Amino acid sequence: MAAPRLYKTEGIVLRRSDMGEADLLLTLYTPFYGKLRAVARGARRPNSKMAGHVDFLARSLFLLARGQNLDTVSQAECVEPFAALRDDLEAVGRALYMAEILDRFTPDGAENRPLYELLVETLRRLPAGGDMAVRFFEVQTLVFSGFRPDLHTCVECSDAVAPGHHLFSASGGGVLCPRCKDQEPVVRPLSLNALKVLRLLDRGGYAEASRLRVSADLAGEVEQALRQYIWYLLEREVKAISFMDRVRRGEPDPA
Amino acid sequence: MAAPIARLIDELHKLPGIGPKTAQRLTYHLIRMPQEEARTLAEAILAVKEKVTFCSTCQNITDVNPCMVCAAQDRDKGLICVVEEPLDVMALERTRAYKGLYHVLHGVISPINGTGPDDLKIGELLGRMKGSVVHEVILAMNPNLEGEATAMYLHRLLSPLGVKVTRLARGLPVGGDLEYADAMTLTRALEGRREA
Repeated sequence: MAAPRLYKTEGIVLRRSDMGEADLLLTLYTPFYGKLRAVARGARRPNSKMAGHVDFLARSLFLLARGQNLDTVSQAECVEPFAALRDDLEAVGRALYMAEILDRFTPDGAENRPLYELLVETLRRLPAGGDMAVRFFEVQTLVFSGFRPDLHTCVECSDAVAPGHHLFSASGGGVLCPRCKDQEPVVRPLSLNALKVLRLLDRGGYAEASRLRVSADLAGEVEQALRQYIWYLLEREVKAISFMDRVRRGEPDPA
Repeated sequence: MAAPIARLIDELHKLPGIGPKTAQRLTYHLIRMPQEEARTLAEAILAVKEKVTFCSTCQNITDVNPCMVCAAQDRDKGLICVVEEPLDVMALERTRAYKGLYHVLHGVISPINGTGPDDLKIGELLGRMKGSVVHEVILAMNPNLEGEATAMYLHRLLSPLGVKVTRLARGLPVGGDLEYADAMTLTRALEGRREA
């Protein structure tokens, strides 16, 4: 019988669920193996040395053994716990949301080094980065997943976008000029300022994005446009959104 | 294979952690078991379903309502320890060191797994804060991200009500090893240090 093949990787724990009596089923996001699932055997036992190293959203070094169905975590060592975000409820809400959309956008095993780096950097930016860090993450995730929205030419008639109020089409994957409004099923208005913000999130770096000062209305408009686009692409509800919204509005309020 | 045997194997197979082989072994054991023992087992299963309910005060599973803890006279009714699951209550009771009451949430906030604040017994906990009987709420969630998030959420809900909200100490477990401990555990252990 062949010995299990061991391999090492760093990774971020995207999901955890209980398995059997004492095991944990982990979904890891890694720089070179993309998304992979592995079992941490015995991680829920009281004396487990692994337990603290495989917490949700921890960045850890893993030694894994290839299995027939699932790989097994042989060793794990947390190298970056992102402690700052764990003490902040809003940051946790945002991080859980990001973990969920990353999980939904990535197929198993597809290497995507820029996306991994984006996740690590964004987790480091919380809690200070706030909503803008999440918007940047959303746009860059779309870019690295092959869903970059077209923000410069109308997705229907290919005319260059002229200054003015335009539309954003989730079904078309980008901006729409007012003439082509009826050509796409999923459409929403998009102000010029919102378009500029989206372009900056797309092409600018995070340094520029973090320096942006936007009104609450403009921030809301950009957020809703991206939310609709992501909802359209994923074809399912993102469960973490309602919790993120709740803790962000300064809720919960006692009845 | 005779139909009743196949049927029992199927039913046992539905239980968590019971694969086809284990289900078969259990079935053949039950076949060889005395009739009385099998009947006792069947009745115990039915009794659990018929008699076990949630305590209307603390939401723990119980066969009497209110449960024995909530109904006890010698417990500190001004102190509530909030836990994730009924087994956590059992663990704390084994210490014999805690004399207050409990509240069981039946889960933690974990949006990606589909559990939000509305899926937990949080409303019921808020209901217990009315009147000024409760002076302290201890948050005894597990020391992982979901547990911490749930504790922070409850802290936000409870603090404005004027009640003292505390969190269990977190850090190194007895029998633990500094060498193998992770960064978060050590950070918390350092934060929570006390005079020797």
